[in-house]
Amino acid sequence: MNDILKRIVERLRDYRVPGYYKKFDYHWTMVVDLDRCNGCEACVVACQAENNTPVVGEKECGKGRALNWIRIEKYVEGEYPNVKVKFIPIMCQQCDKAPCEIGCPVYATYHNQDGLNVQVYNRCVGTFTCATYCPYDVRRFNWFTYKREKPLDEQLNPDVTVREMGVMEKCTFCIQRIRVAKDRAKDEKRDIKDGEVIPACVQTCPTGALTFGDLNDPGSMVSKMVRDPRKYRMLEELNADPSVIYLKRVMEEGSGEGGDEEKS
Amino acid sequence: MEEGTNTKFTYREVNEDLINFMTKTGPRYYIILAVVAASAVTLFFLPWAYQIYVGQGVTGLNAPVYWGVYLVNFVFWVGIAHAGTLISAMLYITKTPWRRAIARGAETMTLFAIVVVSLFVFAHMGRPWNLYWTLPYPSHRQLWTNFMSPIVFDVFAIGTYLTSSAIFLYFGMIPDLASLKHNATGWRKKLYTILSLGWRGTDKQWLVQARATMFFSSFIMPLVVSVHSVVSWDFALSIVPGYSKTIFAPYFVTGALLSGFAGVVLMLSVIRWSFPVFRKYITETHYDRMGMMIFFLSLVWSYLTAIEVLTGFYADNTFEWESIKYKILTTPSMQLFMLMIFSNTLLPLVLMVRKVRSCASSMSAVCSFVLVGMWLERYLIVPNALSRKFLPWMWRDYCPSWVEVSITAGAILFFVTMFMVSIKIFPLVSLFEVKEDAGIPMEKEGH
Repeated sequence: MNDILKRIVERLRDYRVPGYYKKFDYHWTMVVDLDRCNGCEACVVACQAENNTPVVGEKECGKGRALNWIRIEKYVEGEYPNVKVKFIPIMCQQCDKAPCEIGCPVYATYHNQDGLNVQVYNRCVGTFTCATYCPYDVRRFNWFTYKREKPLDEQLNPDVTVREMGVMEKCTFCIQRIRVAKDRAKDEKRDIKDGEVIPACVQTCPTGALTFGDLNDPGSMVSKMVRDPRKYRMLEELNADPSVIYLKRVMEEGSGEGGDEEKS
Repeated sequence: MEEGTNTKFTYREVNEDLINFMTKTGPRYYIILAVVAASAVTLFFLPWAYQIYVGQGVTGLNAPVYWGVYLVNFVFWVGIAHAGTLISAMLYITKTPWRRAIARGAETMTLFAIVVVSLFVFAHMGRPWNLYWTLPYPSHRQLWTNFMSPIVFDVFAIGTYLTSSAIFLYFGMIPDLASLKHNATGWRKKLYTILSLGWRGTDKQWLVQARATMFFSSFIMPLVVSVHSVVSWDFALSIVPGYSKTIFAPYFVTGALLSGFAGVVLMLSVIRWSFPVFRKYITETHYDRMGMMIFFLSLVWSYLTAIEVLTGFYADNTFEWESIKYKILTTPSMQLFMLMIFSNTLLPLVLMVRKVRSCASSMSAVCSFVLVGMWLERYLIVPNALSRKFLPWMWRDYCPSWVEVSITAGAILFFVTMFMVSIKIFPLVSLFEVKEDAGIPMEKEGH
């Protein structure tokens, strides 16, 4: 009797953490080096091309309905000539204790065994709860059925679904590329090697500000980078346990850039 | 028993008043009903169909502000639904005499308010045709609902509330339907005969009825508190600065009762004004007692509002502080906040005066303001908090579009339509309870 009770308690305890797995197969992590980001927004364009996100047009963008999965936040401080501009790329933080996951009534967003916060478009009923609960505001909604003009419909990525009206979507860490790499690794009976999976934004970043890899693998690039004393996670005090790790921008004292800390 | 006994009417009079009111419907009533129903369709269902066809983009929602006026209306109408249950269940158990004449009207209001609530759940969703996915039903693909989600709590809370208030309303009506079937003719007679389930008014039946009402009342009473607490958890269980507050459950319940009572008073006034026959059943005593309730609830509400703001202020959390500043110090919301405080805190203070309380027109005026104020309270919480979340880059204001405004107005008209149809089919005043007030007929003349 006691054993059964203990088992039940243990099982419930497992379920209380929204990432129901004791250990992920991979723990995909993105490291963003803010020292290197110059705000060129190439990642935004690459993401748009890779993930079939529609172009919504000027008017809708003005209303705040641009469907970009990654955005560069720009914070301007000070008056000319002592202006400081700070860039920070923000995509879905793939939180391990994701606030969005407890919100969804139908499990359209859940945690998979790779430590990713995934979105099932077909299951989404559009209650907006996930987007409301998300502290990073990275979720985007398909407000209309977006039409692609004639030549643009030819450039859709065949590996990614085209979402219909009324569903929520967000950054997936280019899960289609992860899937391909996992399949290949499985066929060859090995684990995915470091650098085998590169999301579109990482591939495109000209300054190499973005790095992607498996945090479970102690030899991977990201595991080495997170030992950097500059590392921090955004809004960490909310305890959402995000998988995106930022490396603080360090500015020289006395130079035009000023010496205070990055916004965290 | 001190109230209500001043009304002197016989059993026959009560029956005849009600049946005359229900059967003798002038052309004016039909014209008004047709106009209201047509406007409800035009303002509610046509824009909604347009929204379903084109997409949620026709609303004013945008990237951080994903919850807008639809959810405001959802919370508001759940609040309207609350007074009915309180009056019929809580006041029944405490044997409060003045509830009798107004309980049925309030219950009817509850039922239709919840129907409107469910419509707003649909209107709010991106893909409303998939709503059944939020219900736990066996599926061969092993899909299940997420019981951690406050939205699923909501589905159960609203579902329970809808079923139990419908059962409660019908159950309390059985003796009335049985007594009305003797006066009615035609299809009404058939309908009442079927619905009265062979009620004959024997001692045993009355005993069972009284016991069952007590049981239902005790069963339904926790719902008064739980349903709106669950609704408040939609917000309180998130981590958004303006939402994540432990005070929300009692705050929402108090607000719901306040707006619900105001709604009932307004409804009673409209009925009294349109149908003078009800003036002898719905008396100044009722207004007086309802006024006391509204005054008391308004004080509690004001206290909780002050707590909500002050705790945020004391916490000295930058996010929380920003959210409060946006709510009470920034231009569009500041004026709305002032109006809310005026109509929910300052204006109800006049209810201290007995003359104001017992006068139908002054009570209706105060209650209209309270309703507006309570709608604004929800508006200042739901979209406003989302305008100021964590990252300043994603701060964006929200303004409802014409579709949202039209659906909001149409919902009121749709409610009125349902109510107008219902009161002509089912008794608006609980006959047997009013007769209880009149006393035992044998001791009186003229039966």
